[in-house]
Amino acid sequence: MLLTPHEKFALEKTANDIRESIIEMLVRAGSGHTAGPLGMADVFTVLYFHTLRHDPKNPGWDGRDRLVLSNGHICPVLYATMAYAGYFPLEELNTLRKFGSRLQGHPHREFLPALETSSGPLGEGLSQAVGMAIADKMDGQDGARRIYCLMSDGELEEGQTWEAAMLAGKQALHNLVALIDRNNIQIDGFTEQVMPLEPLADKWRAWNWHVLEIDGHNVEAIASAYDEAKSIYERPTMIIAHTIPGKGVAEFERDFHWHGKPPNAEQGRMALSELRTLAGKIESEAE
Amino acid sequence: MPDLPSRLDATLNAKLFDDDVEQVAIRTGFGEGLVCAGEADARVVVLCGDLTESAQALPFKKKFPDRFVELGVAEQNMASVASGMAAMGKIPFITSYAMFSPGRNWEQIRTTIAYNNRPVKIGGSHAGVSVGPDGGTHQAIEDIAITRVVPRMIVICPCDSIEARKATIAAVTTGTPVYLRLARNKTPVITTDDTPFEIGRAKIVWRSDAPKVGLVACGALVHKALLAAKTLHENGVEVEVTNLSTVKPLDSVAIIALAKKAKRIVTIEEHQIYGGMGSAVAECLAKHYPVPMHFVGVDDRFGQSGTPEELIEHYGMGRDAIVSAAHEVMAR
Repeated sequence: MLLTPHEKFALEKTANDIRESIIEMLVRAGSGHTAGPLGMADVFTVLYFHTLRHDPKNPGWDGRDRLVLSNGHICPVLYATMAYAGYFPLEELNTLRKFGSRLQGHPHREFLPALETSSGPLGEGLSQAVGMAIADKMDGQDGARRIYCLMSDGELEEGQTWEAAMLAGKQALHNLVALIDRNNIQIDGFTEQVMPLEPLADKWRAWNWHVLEIDGHNVEAIASAYDEAKSIYERPTMIIAHTIPGKGVAEFERDFHWHGKPPNAEQGRMALSELRTLAGKIESEAE
Repeated sequence: MPDLPSRLDATLNAKLFDDDVEQVAIRTGFGEGLVCAGEADARVVVLCGDLTESAQALPFKKKFPDRFVELGVAEQNMASVASGMAAMGKIPFITSYAMFSPGRNWEQIRTTIAYNNRPVKIGGSHAGVSVGPDGGTHQAIEDIAITRVVPRMIVICPCDSIEARKATIAAVTTGTPVYLRLARNKTPVITTDDTPFEIGRAKIVWRSDAPKVGLVACGALVHKALLAAKTLHENGVEVEVTNLSTVKPLDSVAIIALAKKAKRIVTIEEHQIYGGMGSAVAECLAKHYPVPMHFVGVDDRFGQSGTPEELIEHYGMGRDAIVSAAHEVMAR
């Protein structure tokens, strides 16, 4: 067992807390994206509380792993996870998207220096992660720290993604681990209707990536995939994480209309009530 | 011309008006500068998109093969990969044709380099119609406009290969994104190793105590501006010529001083008139010291095939066009 029962419970509980914070943030902000952040809470939790080498009290530590969020619009889950990890106080989450806030509508590293990149325009994160991994290989640092990239499925429609995929394969960037949030939705509808991406795993294998497919809500599977990536020495790793957009709130789940809008106050109350019930269930299962 | 030497800046190439003046491509100076920069600073790396020789990355690649990355024909990726390398402490130069970088990859430059505040340097070769036979698709004449509008971006348009070498070396230390605008063809060497170069500093290359017109030029057309100044001088019209190699940040002190002295300005650039160097000068003077202006450049058209000289003449950027523009602005 990769995780002890207690560790597994703690990660699931934290992910649920993060989902509650995401709902509160979005209701207060009055705008923002709901489905993606809820769907990625488990991946973010595993990264920040299990996988990443980082120091929230010393975010500039040079030896840290680098995490590049490419699809910046899901930043509520990034901010909430960082707050729970100790980068800044939880109360600051209430400032999301407000004037003067460090928590910009799309991440900006100059407002919040603990971020590795500013992002929002799609399809650009993998290239930056590839650049980081190339630089570390040049400097012989590729064994010392790893470069992580998080991407959405819809953004794979940007051609730049495939330029970066080719280069990562060519350079055999074993220090690079990317993960696609395969939630099957984008603004205009389901990805397979807007622009079919399948067979997705084959596409990455064709560019000489090591490909893993997992349940993106199973914290053990997520942790295990990231651990497996460390043992791949010949090529970069792509984890295709199958997730449910809006995960945790039945009314939001799998509905692409929740891609880019926030819950209103009433919907927020309903969502929080459901997530709190879920939290009780996680706790009772752990006992 | 007994007083020619006194008008021409003493540090310039003494043979610049001769028929057999040495001619070297501006991009060649960039290639030399990359090697110098690489020797001086181990953080310098060079990225290339299948144009290693013509975009002048080859000398660096030969000298520092481990600090060179070939990305294939993928300029958008190149800009963002460079951003990632800069995030890890590198000082990347991305090299391609200006039409593709900063042309095709403008948004990647804006977001992943400038907005991200990463010190990536963009070397854009084949700028201007003087690219010649390749035709309009490969002649970047909008690149000054699209780079100078990006916050933090420094825009440099060297007048010859020597200035290009100095600008490339200087670009390493700015801590900001820099765009170096480079030309393909051999053009007269105007400056010497002794000519001072500083980013952000305009340089008077042809002096007059009482000029009727101030000519402000950048790139290889600085030479055409000097030829025009000589012709005007021979016809009894005194002008002053400034090499505005740094388009951004604009040396507003020098531009305002020139406007106060000459009362009339002609700008000369191998670029669209809209949004280019002349526009930058006009923005400054409209605010601080409005004077009549004339703009020598491409007038809202695309390029085409031809020899460089044919195209410079066709689009109205040669010596005679500059002389006419000076007379026109004097008549106002």
